[in-house]
Amino acid sequence: MEQRTAAPTAPTADSGGEPRAARDAAPPAAAHGTAPRAGTGAESGEHRGSPPPLAPLTIADKTFTSRLILGTGGAANHAQLAEAITASGTELVTVALRRVAPHPHGSLLDVIERCGVDLLPNTAGCFTAEQAVRTAELAREAFGTNWIKLEVIGDEDTLLPDPVELLDAAETLVAKGFTVLPYTSDDPVLARRLEAAGCAAVMPLAAPIGTGLGVRNPHNLALICEHAAVPVICDAGIGTASDAALAMELGCSAVLLATAVTRAADPALMAAAMRDAVNAGRAARLAGRIPKRHLANASSSFEGMADL
Amino acid sequence: MTIEINGEAREGVATVADAVAAVTEARRGIAVALNGEVVPRSEWDRPLADGDAVEVLTATQGG
Repeated sequence: MEQRTAAPTAPTADSGGEPRAARDAAPPAAAHGTAPRAGTGAESGEHRGSPPPLAPLTIADKTFTSRLILGTGGAANHAQLAEAITASGTELVTVALRRVAPHPHGSLLDVIERCGVDLLPNTAGCFTAEQAVRTAELAREAFGTNWIKLEVIGDEDTLLPDPVELLDAAETLVAKGFTVLPYTSDDPVLARRLEAAGCAAVMPLAAPIGTGLGVRNPHNLALICEHAAVPVICDAGIGTASDAALAMELGCSAVLLATAVTRAADPALMAAAMRDAVNAGRAARLAGRIPKRHLANASSSFEGMADL
Repeated sequence: MTIEINGEAREGVATVADAVAAVTEARRGIAVALNGEVVPRSEWDRPLADGDAVEVLTATQGG
């Protein structure tokens, strides 16, 4: 039987926001492994050999079983994209709005429809609030949804959000009745301002779009999660499954990624890995991780040792 | 009368609906901007004027 006598230690320099996040992660009754598991909500309970059922995610008026949102950008072709969507288990995929192609290779909308997932249009490529608002209005017209992934970028090299234009656009779109999911920097203050503006979620980046650098500032991400009353969706910069798991362990409600899957050598396999990583990270967050210790703590008791 | 559709000059386009038909057969998932302003589908019979710029947009892959 594993011993549970460890006293919490002070956060180490390299632990970022984790100790705080870990404490906040656990529902009170499940904070220590020896406590009864009852009363910890739908995401706990007895499970043998099957993953625990995780509570659904609610964003605005919609509920999702999957906590993975898949971007469609970067897929080599529609068949590969469909395989990745299916393997990921996602229920929501993003699309961009662009001029109709002279020779389209089939309809992306047909692919999404066949996969049975919802569509989240974005405002990718917009540099100003005005541009983003118009794009959102066009997306609403094209797809009949008032959901919008709001992206307002500051420059082409980093694709980092322009916070001033982003907040301006968010306020305008909320006033126009949109369900706004803003792609934002990992700034806790800006996240708070976006939430106050009426956004349905906040979507801080892990790292710049398409870099695959993983969570560059776990402390900021944890702070955002700690204070947000709306879902926090880690958006952009995820490179591999452990990055997605970390984002969830830090307290994110969901992860949005595209490149990590669509440009992987085997997109469907990576999509499945991301599905599992998001679930594992969520479960670990809820389970309540042990405190980090400086010195070892024997898991086999010294009591009753043979005199040899 | 010259109309610019998705950045290309075109002749013989009288209405917004004509402009859409000039570049795509699709009707689902299409949005139109006329000189930067959204044109709801119910107003696609709107006549165009010389020099108008029409954007005909649809879903493409994107994160």
